Amino acid sequence: MIDKKTIEHIAKLARLHVTEEEAQEYSLQLAKALAHFEQIAKIDTTGVEPLITPTEIESYWREDVVKQEFSAEEMTANAPSKAGNLFKVPPVV
Amino acid sequence: MSYRGFEAVIGIEIHVQLSTATKMFCADSTEFNAGDNENTSPVSVGMPGTLPVLNKKAIEYSIKTGLALGCDIRRKSVFARKNYFYPDLPKGYQISQYDQPLCENGTISFKVDGAEKTVSITRAHMEEDAGKSNHHGEYTLINYNRSGIPLLEVVSGPDLRSPAEAAEYARTIRQIVRYLDVCDGNLEEGSMRCDCNVSVRKVGAVQFGTKVEIKNINSFRFVEKAIEYEIERQIDAVERGEKIIQETRLWDPDKNRTFSMRTKEDAQDYRYFPDPDLLPVIVTDSMIEQYRKELPELPIARAKRFQNEHALPEYDAQVLTMEKALADFYEETAKESKNFKASSNWIMTELLRELNQANKEIKDSPIKPLQLGRMIALIDKGAISGKIAKTVFQEMWQSGKDPEAVIKEKGLVQISDPAAIEKIIDEVLAANVQNVEDHKTGKKKNLFGFFVGAVMKASKGQANPELVNKILQEKLK
Repeated sequence: MIDKKTIEHIAKLARLHVTEEEAQEYSLQLAKALAHFEQIAKIDTTGVEPLITPTEIESYWREDVVKQEFSAEEMTANAPSKAGNLFKVPPVV
Repeated sequence: MSYRGFEAVIGIEIHVQLSTATKMFCADSTEFNAGDNENTSPVSVGMPGTLPVLNKKAIEYSIKTGLALGCDIRRKSVFARKNYFYPDLPKGYQISQYDQPLCENGTISFKVDGAEKTVSITRAHMEEDAGKSNHHGEYTLINYNRSGIPLLEVVSGPDLRSPAEAAEYARTIRQIVRYLDVCDGNLEEGSMRCDCNVSVRKVGAVQFGTKVEIKNINSFRFVEKAIEYEIERQIDAVERGEKIIQETRLWDPDKNRTFSMRTKEDAQDYRYFPDPDLLPVIVTDSMIEQYRKELPELPIARAKRFQNEHALPEYDAQVLTMEKALADFYEETAKESKNFKASSNWIMTELLRELNQANKEIKDSPIKPLQLGRMIALIDKGAISGKIAKTVFQEMWQSGKDPEAVIKEKGLVQISDPAAIEKIIDEVLAANVQNVEDHKTGKKKNLFGFFVGAVMKASKGQANPELVNKILQEKLK
């Protein structure tokens, strides 16, 4: 059951601010979505291995060879805030 | 080991940074000395729409480590998303392994104060590193060069019982990954990071006490000190009737204490689930056999072989196998010199002392193993004396020249021609008539050593000491 408390918990984990009204609204929406999955969950899957990936291909691995496609300037070009080539974010401690 | 009637239960998680050239899921370089955010790409900063592609080498290194730790290698393992929101992790999740790690159920053995200790390895799983944050009060600066670097997290069972055992365990893991050449083991640069889980319980108790995790330990000495401190702190608390709080504490090396980082008021809620962007890792039997074949001889086995086949004392065998490069150096030297103990002696005393003083690693030694081996063979052949060899060694250390060249240039060849030695002896005796007289009449005792010394000095140390002894004895009859 997705109650208001669960919504608040999820919002906190995602560092989102959710108002009372929004929490109410999301709890209804998510409950609806979950109900759909509950329906799927009723199917008997005994003996069926969980599906990790829909593709049945063998593992694909990359060789350990360095490639640099972007400079530090390019990588930080769109940062809303930066200091030199470092990303600048609100304080986290 | 008992502390005031309590017993410590310690488990260690070691993050081993795999020394691949590129990151785990993209081709960014892993070079430590790169400029800020120089080693980044859309994948490592978590741009939407990017896809991770696994590095083959990271798998190889992880499997080799797993094999060296006696683990079972899972034929099909799965990457999972560990979700948490923090700016050093731009995707909002860390790619890790959860319920299906690559390596499980291993053991390692090592010696602590002469006694053998075996510790179980619960698991070793692959995961990516996070970026590095620098906090400046008003704001935080982030460098994603480290983001995505491959790590193998090696988790021990709760089998360690003392700070000394814990430190030795960590040293052993470091020694093994360095032997395998899968990690440089540099603790200061963060190539190995140790988190220690510590709890205490009354001796004889079956249940574990509440565990506390200590982070931020960047040397083995600190592993020992931090755990030592934590054991005492927890026992004090229990004796005062307090409850141990499950928390993460940090080690403060300046104040020699641990302090609380944050109480986990929100229970950890990482909402792990399989990462749909990545295929399961399928490992075949032939891959495993191939990697097993490529494993080097590990330190404990190598030390035993040095003791059994080279007849080296246990101490020598242990010192020489501390580092793979040192053990290789010794073996090459011994092969050339054909004298195991002398090779061990020269390396352990002269070479290690010089390396230490010059703050050099064995790979940077100006004297190469074949050169040292040849020098030892020259001593055994009688071409130079052991004493002269020290001069030759010094000259080789300074110049990197071959021993034969040094001996020739400096004219250090041992004089083994009896006629030449006799000539020197005659000169020495002629110059010390009174002493010769006193020796013969027995007026002064212990003059023989004086003559040997004088002859050696006159020959600049080059006379063959055995011949000097023999000829002197005849002359002084």
